Amino acid sequence: MRFQGSSTYVATDDLMLAVNAAVTLERPLLVKGEPGTGKTKLAEEVASALGMPLLEWHVKSTTKAQQGLYEYDAVSRLRDSQLGDQRVKDISNYIVKGTLWQAFSYDKPVVLLIDEVDKADIEFPNDLLRELDRMEFFVYETRELVKAKHRPIVFITSNNEKELPDAFLRRCFFHYIRFPDKETMEKIVEVHYPGIKQTLLREALRTFFEVREVPGLKKKPSTSELLDWLKLLLAEDIPPDALRSQDNKKIIPPLHGALLKNEQDVHLFEKLVFMTRQSRN
Amino acid sequence: MLAGFFLKLKEAKIPVSIKEYLTLMEGMKQGVISPSIEDFYYLSRMTLVKDEANYDKFDKAFGAFFHGVETLVGAQIDLPLEWLLKQAELHLSPEEKAAIEGMGGWEKLMETLKQRLEEQKERHQGGNKMIGTAGTSPFGAFGYNPEGVRIGQKKSRNRSAVKVWDQREYRNLDDKIELGTRNLKIALRRLRRFAREGAPDELDLDGTINRTAKNAGYLDIAMRPERRNTVKVLMFLDIGGSMDDHIKLCEELFSASKTEFKHLEYFYFHNCLYDYVWKDNKRRREERTRTWDILHKYSHDYKIIFVGDASMSPYEILEPGGSVEYHNDEAGKVWMQRMLDVYHKAIWLNPEPEEVWSYRQSTQIIKEVMGNRMFPTTIGGIERAMRALNK
Ligand SMILES: Nc1ncnc2c1ncn2[C@@H]1O[C@H](COP(=O)(O)OP(=O)(O)OP(=O)(O)O)[C@@H](O)[C@H]1O
Ligand SMILES: [Mg+2]
Repeated sequence: MRFQGSSTYVATDDLMLAVNAAVTLERPLLVKGEPGTGKTKLAEEVASALGMPLLEWHVKSTTKAQQGLYEYDAVSRLRDSQLGDQRVKDISNYIVKGTLWQAFSYDKPVVLLIDEVDKADIEFPNDLLRELDRMEFFVYETRELVKAKHRPIVFITSNNEKELPDAFLRRCFFHYIRFPDKETMEKIVEVHYPGIKQTLLREALRTFFEVREVPGLKKKPSTSELLDWLKLLLAEDIPPDALRSQDNKKIIPPLHGALLKNEQDVHLFEKLVFMTRQSRN
Repeated sequence: MLAGFFLKLKEAKIPVSIKEYLTLMEGMKQGVISPSIEDFYYLSRMTLVKDEANYDKFDKAFGAFFHGVETLVGAQIDLPLEWLLKQAELHLSPEEKAAIEGMGGWEKLMETLKQRLEEQKERHQGGNKMIGTAGTSPFGAFGYNPEGVRIGQKKSRNRSAVKVWDQREYRNLDDKIELGTRNLKIALRRLRRFAREGAPDELDLDGTINRTAKNAGYLDIAMRPERRNTVKVLMFLDIGGSMDDHIKLCEELFSASKTEFKHLEYFYFHNCLYDYVWKDNKRRREERTRTWDILHKYSHDYKIIFVGDASMSPYEILEPGGSVEYHNDEAGKVWMQRMLDVYHKAIWLNPEPEEVWSYRQSTQIIKEVMGNRMFPTTIGGIERAMRALNK
């Protein structure tokens, strides 16, 4: 069973190779790339392409590795004990399974997504080394060894906010999703808006890549912004001509607010356009 | 792969480990790629390189190595992969050999490979695509056409006329980091240690007991507030001189760890601090921030980091009107002092080598104004600086 992209996801050859190697060799695949390059989506797509359930663990700055295994809800237990609840006698009533445990206890292989691993404390990845290597961990409270019935296929995404520890990196495969070139982007747009008019697509992409080239942008528009923008263009039925307009007054692309989300960027962009217009006059 | 390649990567300062090398061997053994150099390129990259900043180094090393191979073996090689494995065999250390034995041994490995290659040949010869193009193939010396041996791919790759690694697409990813090289990494760690004060949030046991007792024995839980990420920093960066690259480096260093700080704000100045600073260097004339406003806006528990070479004419520090930017009514020193009166935790990072400081009068003056808290931008310097800020 090989992953080859899907009708809703465009995978480049190198990405397919990476995914398939990671699946075959049972190593976690660490995926990095600019925001909106489909890192999170990849795990979903692989899961559905391979017909496996997807378990997601979205990491936040306060997330601890232990939470992915299990948490012992001592506070509830203490409370129950005060209320004379009988459940209190069995500690396992207060062990709450984390995402990793859930993934380990499935009867068939699952895809496990650890999303935005770099958000957490720098120790976080190190605390998961053994679990990801051996796919097992120990529950101290119940003296139980939890072992994965099937090794999950693990995807880990990072936005590069923090460096990841070397020991962790050595255990992963690594793939950097390059920002899509024009050709790939056309395909991506087509899976989202099948049958989109070629003229509109071409003009929109030209504008999009031009905007990305504007120097000094705080946040370059990404795939998600392009898709949002196209949705608006389609909804408003903007003709492709409007994007190509040589008319100096109309040189600002319509609805560009969807491409540039940062107010400063919008200003910068408008100023630049204004200056170009001046120099053309 | 072959030890030579592995060493080449090490030479190129890519941090590769034996563990990863063995993973690559395992990948080859399990046949996760078709025997094309391009696929080998991708598999080895994903196995051995864990940071896109090193992609370009990898591309260069890969190109150099396979170029060497080309000249070495001439145009006869049809099965580069097999050849690669043979090479590897020659150069393996005893431990590595043992590891390969553990995977079923060389014979088996080679056999599977051969078999796979045969299969592909058969499949492809119908299409009349295999080999034959020796010498004319874009992969030149290897004398085989990668389009021909690639399996399991329906569509042709029009990209493959140019070797991926020769395109050097990741060059600019590296440029950004190259500045810092190794130092930056370690410096970052130091910075993070600095940023992480105190323990994560937890149950306040004493508090809980206390409050539960007061609550007639009914549990009343007290939680301790999250105490990390409490460090607040204002950075002032000297911009517009020969030191720009170094200053930029410091800026990158801090912004790389910005998630570790609760607050981190940047401002720019030129040579010395005066009545104005600015946030966007391109628009320094239009959009300035009054230094007074900073003093009022940011509470006194902010820590201050100046970054600059502190070389200028002493006049620029000591006299009103000394600024090279505009007419300042009050001397730079007055402004520096004002800042230091509000913020007690302040340091100056100086990218110039410490040995030359004493030859520059202005550097000496600034250092004195800073109460000696001037540090070089070396790892040791940064460490000392952070310690001074934490005192
Ligand atoms: N290769 C692709 N094929 C189809 N759709 C894509 C592709 N890449 C990105 N998209 C679309 O772009 C959007 C953003 O994707 P996703 O959320 O996975 O990005 P991300 O890399 O995880 O971003 P972030 O870093 O912000 O988390 C999704 O709606 C997805 O449909
Ligand atoms: Mg995401």
